Amino acid sequence: MLDFLKRPILALQDFFFLTGRALRNIFRSPHYTDDILLQMDIIGVGSLPIVILTGGFSGAVMALQMSRALSTYGATGQVGQIVAITLVRELGPVLSALLVAGRSGSGMASELGSMKVTEQIDAMRALGTDPIQKLVTPRLLATAVMLPLLTIISDLVGLAGGFLVASITLGTTASQYWNTAYRALVWNDLAQGLLKPLAFGIVIALVGCFYGLRTSGGTQGVGLSTTKAVVVASVWIFVITFFITQIFVNQ
Amino acid sequence: MADATPQSVLRFEHVSVAFGDTVALNDVSFDLRAGGTRIVYGAAGSGKSVMLKIALGLLKPTSGRVFVFGQDTTDLKEKDLFPIRSKMGVLFQEGGLFDSMTIEDNVAYPLENAVTSRDRKTAIPAEQISGRVHDALRFVELEQTLAKFPSELSGGMRRRAGIARATVNEPPLMLYDSPTAGLDPITANMIIALIIKARDTKNTTSAIVTHRYQDGQLLANFRYNPQSGHLERSNGNGDGVCARTTFMVFGEGRLVFEGTQDELDHSTDPYVSKFKAVKQ
Repeated sequence: MLDFLKRPILALQDFFFLTGRALRNIFRSPHYTDDILLQMDIIGVGSLPIVILTGGFSGAVMALQMSRALSTYGATGQVGQIVAITLVRELGPVLSALLVAGRSGSGMASELGSMKVTEQIDAMRALGTDPIQKLVTPRLLATAVMLPLLTIISDLVGLAGGFLVASITLGTTASQYWNTAYRALVWNDLAQGLLKPLAFGIVIALVGCFYGLRTSGGTQGVGLSTTKAVVVASVWIFVITFFITQIFVNQ
Repeated sequence: MADATPQSVLRFEHVSVAFGDTVALNDVSFDLRAGGTRIVYGAAGSGKSVMLKIALGLLKPTSGRVFVFGQDTTDLKEKDLFPIRSKMGVLFQEGGLFDSMTIEDNVAYPLENAVTSRDRKTAIPAEQISGRVHDALRFVELEQTLAKFPSELSGGMRRRAGIARATVNEPPLMLYDSPTAGLDPITANMIIALIIKARDTKNTTSAIVTHRYQDGQLLANFRYNPQSGHLERSNGNGDGVCARTTFMVFGEGRLVFEGTQDELDHSTDPYVSKFKAVKQ
């Protein structure tokens, strides 16, 4: 009767099994340092231009939107505060994570998926290498390290974008903008602003690798895995941000 | 008196595999002994590739036991299978080369992997790896492709590079999964010639899965002459190639035939006859 639940539950079990092995491998030899650095370059440095662009524009848009609302109350001086809080707490981590999910999560799923359908994963196992150690753990470590760093950059560029708009449209001075922005942030904001991308990074890498390694059915299967990886990772990003925010709001 | 029977290298005992409701292998038993060549015929989906993956431990049987070099590998964990796999070379259907690596790195992979991870005791010194890689690529006549990536090579060249990677650490057991699938007849014969060369020069035990009847006939009737550097027809009893070559035919997951070439030629089984009909 409950047969329809069998597949998702088995998939979830496989996902947790992969998560356990990928995390355990962090502390086990051999460590593929070259692969970790290569993935850091691909995921971190490779995503930098797109993260800077979206970060900058999201800060600018926030400033534009808020300038109108704040002018109603004659509080346009507070624009730096609002841009800082929204960017650091929410927009910076979530937007960066969505971009990395779209760019790197999909890349992981398609790369590993192609390797799976062309028997490269089998070949790797046959040649005495654990594919989770060689492929999943480096991607997991690289994304978990690089996404918080990308988020910090995105936040900074977003604040700069906000300042640009505020100074042009509202005539806000640099000291006024940066002062209110700086004073608005407390440790709680920074903590959630960094914890979120760390959690997102882990989820993006694991989901991307999970769907990649489960690929079957040739090139069509690779496309399907890629789509699933991006959709599932994106949904998880919103679910996780809700729960982390919930924890920090109650602090 | 010494036991003249060669040691068992790969043995299946009543092995069955099912994926959900689909039975891929049904009660398969056979024994491949040292120095032997086993040709495995079967149509697509007959379970012959699954059989190779079980031999490698990439898939686990639903029931039955698998023995490799006399050791029961059925329930071994992945890490415990690595030392056994290092004694097995495998050529996957499409070569199984790593796209992101050059041909040189691909062929060096089994040797470098042994240095960095397991089996450090049996690993060859790092300074000798390059020489071994060149030798392996010279063996398959692909020395000029060292710096190329697999995507830059033709299908036949990828298989040859795959053979070089599989044989570079000189494993005593070689498994070939449809080595001639999708190749033109000339290239296919070249691949079979390389397999014969690898078998006869390195004295390996080999299992070759194929759907081409001609592949088995070539493997059973030709041998490599190291003096001339060419293949020549086996002279029957003298070199024993034919005697050491046995055939299996898989049909819908079942082992429908097992025997020598002579027995294969005289088999009246309707499924086996279909394969033989291809040669006419």
